Amino acid sequence: MSADDFRIIAPEGAAPTAYGLPLAVLAELTHRCPLQCPYCSNPLELETSGAELTTEEWCRVMTELADLGVLQIHFSGGEPAVRKDLVALVRHATEVGLYSNLITSGVMLTKARLVELADAGLAHVQISFQGAEPGVADRVGGFRGGHAKKLEVARWARALDLPLTVNAVVHRQNLHQLPALIDLSVELGAARMEVAHVQYYGWALKNRQALMPTREQLDVATELVEAARARLRGVLEIDYVIPDYYARQPKQCMGGWGRQFFNISPSGKVLPCHAAETITGLRFDSVRDHPLEWIWHNSDAFNCYRGTGWMPEPCRSCDLREVDFGGCRCQAFALTGNAANADPACAKSARHRELFQLAEAESAATPEGFLYRNFSGGSRERR
Amino acid sequence: MGRVVLSPVQRVALARHARLRFDKLRDRWILLVPEKVMVPDAICVEILQLCDGARSIGDIVNTLSKKYVADPGIIEGDVLSILQSLADKSCLQIATAAEGAA
Repeated sequence: MSADDFRIIAPEGAAPTAYGLPLAVLAELTHRCPLQCPYCSNPLELETSGAELTTEEWCRVMTELADLGVLQIHFSGGEPAVRKDLVALVRHATEVGLYSNLITSGVMLTKARLVELADAGLAHVQISFQGAEPGVADRVGGFRGGHAKKLEVARWARALDLPLTVNAVVHRQNLHQLPALIDLSVELGAARMEVAHVQYYGWALKNRQALMPTREQLDVATELVEAARARLRGVLEIDYVIPDYYARQPKQCMGGWGRQFFNISPSGKVLPCHAAETITGLRFDSVRDHPLEWIWHNSDAFNCYRGTGWMPEPCRSCDLREVDFGGCRCQAFALTGNAANADPACAKSARHRELFQLAEAESAATPEGFLYRNFSGGSRERR
Repeated sequence: MGRVVLSPVQRVALARHARLRFDKLRDRWILLVPEKVMVPDAICVEILQLCDGARSIGDIVNTLSKKYVADPGIIEGDVLSILQSLADKSCLQIATAAEGAA
């Protein structure tokens, strides 16, 4: 049996450049969120509540998703629990056969609502933790009392026998708490943990100097994760995302652009990845204008970087072009101004060395306060 | 909570959040677990279908070794290895023979 993090499930013998049926979708129900994490993956220009899809629109979209072959839906945001219709949306997902994951900060959930979500067929809960204790965690999240509330919600989830993933986004200002975060995950009864170094687009790019880990921190974190994986085999699975400024090979972003995954924004824009809107010049189609099946096959935003035909050098002649697909398009755009360029995380990129040096320099800088994420373009932390 | 090491006396079933189903569009069996899609092969599907919470792992091994006229020792190794990997991902409900007699 092969365990796959949403790798393409294609017919045997299919070309590696082929795209098949989408496996999973990230449904960003809203950009509203009580937290203000400085590395939020939402775009800098947040969509307002008035623009959000209605309950009826989401239900129609979920039916289309199931018909198109999507197997899993991740209800995310913003904070998905801001939506008053969350239980109804989970119930509809269950009815059309979608496996549902709730990706939440937890701070808006009550025990009664969690019971309703479980009864509606919710399969799994992922709760983000910004640190291992309230001091760091509530400062990073910009929300006092958040950490304590998250602990409470995680315990409710386990008491309801909902499987739990602890999501820990790590960076220079909380990496010292990684051992405690791992212990916390075990103590809470999480079966999975995601240790994800910040990826630098959008809000995180604005806060890069405050967040970039030192090379030494990264090495220590990687060793800690390896040791914890061995020690906690059969107890806690740890997924680990490294900061690719220090990598030599880029990540296979989203399993390849437009191959198996997409994102739906609160207003219904269909994006090849959650950061795709940072690439200016791409035109996205909306579920309000087209059926999803049409968008999956015909949207320019998907077709422009599908496969390998669009690649310039050094990707075009690289042996790994069908392995990593040239890395992350959003990062290539953010750092080189052209999304078709090789991701500078790749050692073959002309910008690679510069990227490494930039990471080292920023990791040694005395950081400004965080630029917290909000609807008014961000607020500088007062320290 | 420590790791559960499976043995033939235990009776197992898929956990509520591990959902095995046939995907018509892709024409294959899939096992849905939190944030992952697993693609079980034919043997694995057969094993999972026998994991009904009533049979012990030993019963499953007997059933399969009779059906395929194969060495139960080899079958047991295969079954335990597949089920242990699922247990390690918290995808199985596990009961010992004594507990589940009711």
